[in-house]
Amino acid sequence: MIWQTMRRGLALSPELYQGLAGTLALAIGMTAGRAAVPVAIQRAIDDGLRAPDGPDLTAVITICAVTAAVLFVSTICGFLMLRRLFAVSEDALATVRVKVFRHIHELSLAQVQSQARGALMSRATTDVDQITSFLQWNGVVLIICFGQVVVTAGVMLAYSWRLALVVFVVFAPVVWLVRTCMRRLADAYMQVRERSARMLSVISESVVGAEVIRAYDVSARTAARLDRAVDDHRQASRRSSRLTVTAFSVGELAAGAALAATVVVGVLLGVAGQMSVGEITAFMFLVAMFAMPAQVAAEMLNGLQNAVAGWKRVLDVLDIEPDVKEPIDGIDLPAGPIDVRLRDVSFAYAGTKSEVLKDIGLDIAAGSRVAIVGETGAGKTTLAKLVTRLAEPLTGQLLLSGVDIGRVRRESLRERVTLVPQDGFLFRGTLGDNVRFGRSLEDDEVAAILAELGLADWLAGLPDGLDTPIGERGEGLSGGERQLVALARAHATGADLLVLDEATSAVDPATETRLRRALDTVSRKRTTITIAHRLATARDADEVIVVDAGRIVQRGPHAALLATPDSVYAKLHAAWLLQDDAPIK
Amino acid sequence: MTERITREIAAKGVRLIGRVIREEPRLFAVSFGGACLVVVLSISGAFVVGAVVERVIVPMVDRGETELALLAGGAAALLGLSALRVVGIFGRRLGSIYLQLELHARYRKKLVRRFLRLPPSWHRRHPTGKLLSHAGSDLEAMWSPGGTLAYAIATVLLLLGTLTALYTIDWAVALVGTILFPSLCTLFAVFTRIVAPKYKRSQSMRANVSSLAHESFDGALTVKSLGREDHQTQRFTDEVRRLREVNVSIGRTRGWHDPLVDTLPSFGTLTVLVIGALRLDQGAIDLGQLTTAAFLFALLDAPLRAIGWLLTAVPRAVAGWERVDAVLSATGDMTYGEQSTHDIGPAELRFDNVGYAYGTRASVLHDITFEVPKGRIVALVGPTGSGKSTLAALAARLIDPDSGRVLLNGYDARDLSAASLAATVSVVAQSSFVFDDTVRANVTLDRPGIDDDAIREALADAQADAFVDALPEGLETRLGERGVTVSGGQRQRLTLARALVGRPGLLVLDDATSAVDPVVEAAIVTGLRTRKQRPTMLVVATRRQTIALADEVVYLEEGRIVATGRHDRLLATVPQYAALLAAYDVKTGVPA
Repeated sequence: MIWQTMRRGLALSPELYQGLAGTLALAIGMTAGRAAVPVAIQRAIDDGLRAPDGPDLTAVITICAVTAAVLFVSTICGFLMLRRLFAVSEDALATVRVKVFRHIHELSLAQVQSQARGALMSRATTDVDQITSFLQWNGVVLIICFGQVVVTAGVMLAYSWRLALVVFVVFAPVVWLVRTCMRRLADAYMQVRERSARMLSVISESVVGAEVIRAYDVSARTAARLDRAVDDHRQASRRSSRLTVTAFSVGELAAGAALAATVVVGVLLGVAGQMSVGEITAFMFLVAMFAMPAQVAAEMLNGLQNAVAGWKRVLDVLDIEPDVKEPIDGIDLPAGPIDVRLRDVSFAYAGTKSEVLKDIGLDIAAGSRVAIVGETGAGKTTLAKLVTRLAEPLTGQLLLSGVDIGRVRRESLRERVTLVPQDGFLFRGTLGDNVRFGRSLEDDEVAAILAELGLADWLAGLPDGLDTPIGERGEGLSGGERQLVALARAHATGADLLVLDEATSAVDPATETRLRRALDTVSRKRTTITIAHRLATARDADEVIVVDAGRIVQRGPHAALLATPDSVYAKLHAAWLLQDDAPIK
Repeated sequence: MTERITREIAAKGVRLIGRVIREEPRLFAVSFGGACLVVVLSISGAFVVGAVVERVIVPMVDRGETELALLAGGAAALLGLSALRVVGIFGRRLGSIYLQLELHARYRKKLVRRFLRLPPSWHRRHPTGKLLSHAGSDLEAMWSPGGTLAYAIATVLLLLGTLTALYTIDWAVALVGTILFPSLCTLFAVFTRIVAPKYKRSQSMRANVSSLAHESFDGALTVKSLGREDHQTQRFTDEVRRLREVNVSIGRTRGWHDPLVDTLPSFGTLTVLVIGALRLDQGAIDLGQLTTAAFLFALLDAPLRAIGWLLTAVPRAVAGWERVDAVLSATGDMTYGEQSTHDIGPAELRFDNVGYAYGTRASVLHDITFEVPKGRIVALVGPTGSGKSTLAALAARLIDPDSGRVLLNGYDARDLSAASLAATVSVVAQSSFVFDDTVRANVTLDRPGIDDDAIREALADAQADAFVDALPEGLETRLGERGVTVSGGQRQRLTLARALVGRPGLLVLDDATSAVDPVVEAAIVTGLRTRKQRPTMLVVATRRQTIALADEVVYLEEGRIVATGRHDRLLATVPQYAALLAAYDVKTGVPA
């Protein structure tokens, strides 16, 4: 499972494999330098210091000079390896980040919104960071360990295969013990991550809900929840750290045991004339190096698991198949006003059985202004999403100017069809940048757009005009002003089909009416579909479509619909009248 | 410039280290004790190895006979040292990990309590993502030196100990160490100086990448409906590339640093061999002492990395500290008074010459004076951006006025205790927040004295009872991130029930039913009007229905009260008001 995720994760970044052999060769070159030192000690002792004719200084100097040269080369190998590794891993992860980011934008709205707050951002940021930190810290250690084990084992075998075997035998149970420890560690780390997620969710609640918490004076309650989550997280972390240190200690003890065994067996072999003093001494240095991987294994596991968890989350997102796909060989919408036709369209959200829309048949003539009304949950917003292809019908067919919406090239669709939602999201930056978000425009063109909508006075009242910074998500503007900007932004695209989903709900009624009339005047040929919960909007429309429980129950001009008593529209109208006519005490 | 920054970081780093020790002296002591034990054992280990070579290996191999007792003694000494080292390692590592965990937990609690105490005006200026990373990565970075601190200090002792040990062996051999250790320190210093600003830059690049992703996904609907996926991806790619450049340049620095730290001790060992051979030839030292000296240099490998880690952690830690500290030392807290308004039942609200100029343009208010008598309903009406929400926030004391007073039951809102204020006023905002908890907890917020009947009644008044009953587990259904998702209108009704269940004296509704459709809203309004104990209400109204409910209307324009009075009187006497409401007027132009 872990390996599979890792393999798939690594496959996301083919860059990592480029010249991997070269990197490993450099790693061996780098560790060869380390192993050279014990060899130098052995040679210096046997051939120099304990030379049969008394200490031979020239021999020692020669040996050390040669080793120094080897060390120099190995340092350069290390330099090259690290440079390569950093450049390659950064390249690889930059690719993954962009891939994830792009993929998330390929997903349909429903798919994006089904993810928890902030989770998607983590996919392209912190999850990838975990992989980076694994590759650049643990990865380096892993490669060095690999080189070190290979090189030291080789040198030990060359000195004495018998003594080398003794060392291997001592380390055999360690491998088994560490493996056992690893399994428990894996669980422990998993628990840490779960509790960490819980803790972060409570923290985020205290930030996002700060105002509510203050208004109800329930900060003690939030603090208690936080304390519990923080303490739970600490407890789990302690447990995992105890296991990590235990695993490390096993490696340390094994190194001690191997050293002791080396002395005993080495002396026995030395007495038998099979090993020299220098070789035994060199072995003692080699054993210390050989033990290092066993000691760092536990830390590696944590890094590895974090990276695998990161990879898994990244892969999980990449595995989500976009349910609204860009067509292959898409075609452009024919020029001119757009008419909309729905044939037996049904829709249900993924994973639910109940259909939000059922067998909708509908024709909207090009250039007409249509209002969709109905109670909350009747399916109005879903209808708006289908018409703008932010969602795809479960069954049935939706045609724009006679072309199946699923066949329309995305660029063409987005140029010609625009939705303005209730919560028109604004981006950090200036007012002008937000209006030209959908289409690049010069400042005077932006000003003209606002003027067309009758917003020139409003613009003039802003301190810096189009350059007014609107803050994080437009916080610098009031709710209604944000909607004005979102509407201007949509109008600026010059779309031929505009779908307004309660796009002016926070705008005062007078401004709203003015806006709607301005929109109608400046774009006579545009088809407009408005989801309305105000009577005036419905009254002004060419046609009103009444949606109830996922079906179209009535359609026609306002006046005609009122003629049917006891209809859904008549009841809605009555409620509106009640609302507008309520007696004032 | 960079030099000044480096020095500043170094000075702060030292202070931060002092703080680690002061905050958790006991755990630091455990960790440091363990580290020292490891250090002492390492040095004595080198001597034991030297002695084993000189007294055990050399004589036995030279004489060609084994002395079992001595051999076993040597082996046992090595094994015993290793076992003791394990004890030291447990102390050092568990001590330092527990230390970090303790500090993380403590500062998370501190930080979040700070979040909870800082006023809404502060929260509005600070993006959520940043605050969350303060409690996450910034806080962890801040205390990261705690992980290696004890080991690094012990390593410095190890270096001094090794040097002393070398001098006890031979001055000439010791000279190698005297030259090597300072050069290692210089290497670290140079490395830190080069890499610190790069890490800082990397962190801010990372923040850019995050906030771009955050914004882009939050605005997914807008990005999609305007077809700007490619444009957004291009912007993201540019940011990612900038981050990559910085990180690769960090890699280049680490590229020369890490191998040098690795190999410098080895060069030391070689030099020791050469000089040692010379001294051996002169008869100043024996082979065992030479081995000891060589082993001492080999020991340096791992501990030296600890110093390296500490030094690389410090710049990041300082950056994290600065960010965390900015929150902990943020001022502008709302202070609460001691008084409480004991009146049960409807409250009285009075604005006395209130002015508010802080924050954004849309929230400015001037000379606001009006009164809402007990049990009455006042509607705030005005064009978009006229300051209605700011006024509502002042009434609930989510913000404080810059001038003038807001009086509740005659008390200045600032003199009331937090508990009294919360019991007296409830505010329901347009954007409703739902906790990751059950429906019940979301309504009661664990406030005392709220029984099931009260919850039912509040849910019914907010027209939320039907959909709550339809939820899989009714009141016990979990909402939020890991629970059931409810629609915007349902959320608004739940938050309305949350306000009603506390039986507030004053209910402030800031466009609180905007996502609820007219039929349901009509039912809510009727429910509130016919409630036995109707609270005093201040209602930000954008629908005529709500305006019609009011006993009196306060009409605002550009942050000033233009007119106050009954709806019909304002219609007749205030042309702007009439114009604003004209859009509602169904009597004109409707074919009946």
